[in-house]
Amino acid sequence: MAEQIKIAVVGDRDSVMLWGALGVQTVFADEPREIERAVHKLAREGAAIIYITEQAMVKIPEAVEKYKTVPFPAIIPIPNAEGSLGLGMKGIRDNIEKAIGADLLFEQEGNS
Amino acid sequence: MAKLVNPTRMELTRLKKRLKTAARGHKLLKDKRDEMVRRFIEVVKENKKRRAAVEQKLAQAMNRFSVARAEMGNAAVTEALLYPIRTAKVRTDLRNIMSVETPTFRLLDNGGSFELPYGFAFSSSELDGAVLDLAALLPDLIELAETEKTANMLADEIEKTRRRVNALEHVMIPEMEQQIRYITMKLEENERGNQTRLMKVKDMLAAEREEEQPQAPTA
Repeated sequence: MAEQIKIAVVGDRDSVMLWGALGVQTVFADEPREIERAVHKLAREGAAIIYITEQAMVKIPEAVEKYKTVPFPAIIPIPNAEGSLGLGMKGIRDNIEKAIGADLLFEQEGNS
Repeated sequence: MAKLVNPTRMELTRLKKRLKTAARGHKLLKDKRDEMVRRFIEVVKENKKRRAAVEQKLAQAMNRFSVARAEMGNAAVTEALLYPIRTAKVRTDLRNIMSVETPTFRLLDNGGSFELPYGFAFSSSELDGAVLDLAALLPDLIELAETEKTANMLADEIEKTRRRVNALEHVMIPEMEQQIRYITMKLEENERGNQTRLMKVKDMLAAEREEEQPQAPTA
């Protein structure tokens, strides 16, 4: 049932360091292999939410896909220190397209 | 083309029963899909709103952080942030949305306001600002995680349900209908064949009888 589970953040050092101050577990990783290993390790350890920088996320699409349909962990893209790639918003758009088959709703709102 | 089925009465009953089940399943799944789409749209709207807000605020915090690093130097910043005074934990639970198990997160509040994990002496005020910004953002981030995960899982489930609905509607149900038609026609054909055969036999019997008693052609 309800448990206390930690939050983690994965990404390049500069973007992730700040999170350490909040008591979020931070993992520095730059190489795709490192990132992937970090994500799997955190998932095994039972992290509930893994925030991952968009720059790191694009390097490990398979791992992200793998955890997409299970309740835990939630892998959430965040912009890193250099700014957003628009990946998070793209994720939402992909979801809409997948579920409804068309992107009518989003596009109208997005343009306005 | 329909697969070959045995044109028997038993097979026909079985198929009719299956067709009825399939039709009911189809209706149920369709309802499920519609309701899920409705929920999904709600969730995804929320998701979009939250993400836009979070990304904007996060960029702001990151900016302040870079300023702080420029002011203090990398080593000092690393040192200041090295030892958190608390750990951020969430309480997790599962919520059932149309039999999709989605997670919920709640940040565990460990007591009062957030405190900076370092002394004021060697750090710039920009760093304080960045850390406090991020700390204030944490609840939002966790809500974002929850909605986004829910949207992900719902989208996936909707896709699956839609596939099932389509498979039933366009493949299974037409196929079964065709098989049923095939069997009914075959059975009717057999029935007609039987009928003609019986009539023929009756004629033959009548002719035979006539041959045996040709002396009494009264009628």
